[in-house]
Amino acid sequence: MTTKGKAYIVGAFEHPTRKAPDTSVAQLHAECAQGAIADAGLKKDDIDGYFCAGDAPGMGAISMANYMGLRLKHMDATDSGGSSYLVHVGHACQAIAAGKCNVALITLSGRPRSEGSSGTQVRSRGTGVPEEPFEIPYGPVTVNLYAMAAMRHMYEYGTTPEQLAWVKVAASHHAQHNPNAMLREVVTVKEVLESPMISDPLHRLDCCVVSDGGGALIIARPEIAKSLKRPLVKIIGTGEAPKHTMGGKIDLTYSGAVWSGKIAFEEAGIKHADIKYASIYDSFTITVLITLEDLGFCPKGQGGRFVADGNLIAGTGRLPFNTDGGGLCNNHPANRGGMTKVIEAVRQLRGEAHPAVQVKGCDLALAHGTGGSLGTRHASATLIMERG
Amino acid sequence: MAEAARKIPAPTPTPETAPYWEAAAQGRLLVKTCTACGRPHHYPRPICPFCGSDRTEWKESAGRGVIYSFSVMRRATPPYVIAYVTLDEGVTMMTGLVDCDVDALRIGQPVRVVFTPTDGGPPVPMFTPR
Repeated sequence: MTTKGKAYIVGAFEHPTRKAPDTSVAQLHAECAQGAIADAGLKKDDIDGYFCAGDAPGMGAISMANYMGLRLKHMDATDSGGSSYLVHVGHACQAIAAGKCNVALITLSGRPRSEGSSGTQVRSRGTGVPEEPFEIPYGPVTVNLYAMAAMRHMYEYGTTPEQLAWVKVAASHHAQHNPNAMLREVVTVKEVLESPMISDPLHRLDCCVVSDGGGALIIARPEIAKSLKRPLVKIIGTGEAPKHTMGGKIDLTYSGAVWSGKIAFEEAGIKHADIKYASIYDSFTITVLITLEDLGFCPKGQGGRFVADGNLIAGTGRLPFNTDGGGLCNNHPANRGGMTKVIEAVRQLRGEAHPAVQVKGCDLALAHGTGGSLGTRHASATLIMERG
Repeated sequence: MAEAARKIPAPTPTPETAPYWEAAAQGRLLVKTCTACGRPHHYPRPICPFCGSDRTEWKESAGRGVIYSFSVMRRATPPYVIAYVTLDEGVTMMTGLVDCDVDALRIGQPVRVVFTPTDGGPPVPMFTPR
């Protein structure tokens, strides 16, 4: 069963806060839900499906459903890290297509900035996690795991630090127009390379921001979407795929996007050249470069050349990306960037991105998430959306 | 035993991985290998992640390999090196690189295992250039 065209994104909301020391995570979830429901022009009681992930306090989706007073026919608390919210969109399409719910709410919120989290701390995922005794002693933090993927990509394909820096430069060109972005200053390749080395070869400016905040989406069946007053955003392709250490046959140079992207493109029945805008998860600059290759926007190993020379900058580049400034400059709430990727793609398809970065005639957009550790243990999720 | 600049968190052995850690305490590196499909895997499991057979057995590694990738964590004091090392036996494992000039490391460099003490647990295999 395909879910192509069986559901629409009717509401999207990005919380404007980037630091919320005095607001609970539960309240942020509820504020995001409120924002997305208002954006759609719906009422809370219209929601009959709810999706959240590991950032939501409580047991699965139950505590937040309780907190927000949702009356549900369907819920799903699939957690695949930062890609969860793209996975949720796909699952919401399936649930709606199967008649299990009509209007699905997806929320994300977190306060890593207020709570002092960073990508340079070793984080255990609890007791009994089978890989942890074989990894934690070596000090894996988010940035050095992604750094090893970058090192190997450079070794195999000749990718350069300058090429990686171009990803950040492009994001900063977009962020200057976003009043809510954490980092609004346009930076140069030289400035990226001169920023402090965090974990070779990734500099500080190769890394995303740490921000509080959140976001929410509303997915609805076509009849409901067409009854609302907002521009239509139809979901035409969804794909998800985990990739892991494969028993020790490790290859850090590609991600699960090779599978999730193929599934989504096949369902959508479109070509890469048709995509006018792409939201690509940008936890680090290398994440974008490898993902673009894996999704098929350029041949494997050519990602460095593809992202260089401003090719990702709206208005001048071949593939405008992350026109809100992305995780690199704008927002990375809960250390999970998938939600904001979908939200900016929705803005682009609605024609509601900032005029300076709005892609003309944006009728097809892609959003992609990577949750976990690039190259080794993560889940990739791809969405393809169409205007109208 | 190599000196660790960083306090290494102790791994917690489980019944299924106890032989690996007991061998580590004796300075030996073990690799789980499947006798049904013949393939080695890491980290060690009782059921082969390739073919699903439970006919897995411990084999001793020669403790030699090459650096598959690495990164120097510059934000730590002092900096430490995380790496993936591909053993001659064919598996690639997460590890650390120690007793080395962190600025002279390169992918493909031959390394050999050394066992590094942990904070109250069995030592863990790390690698040093050879």
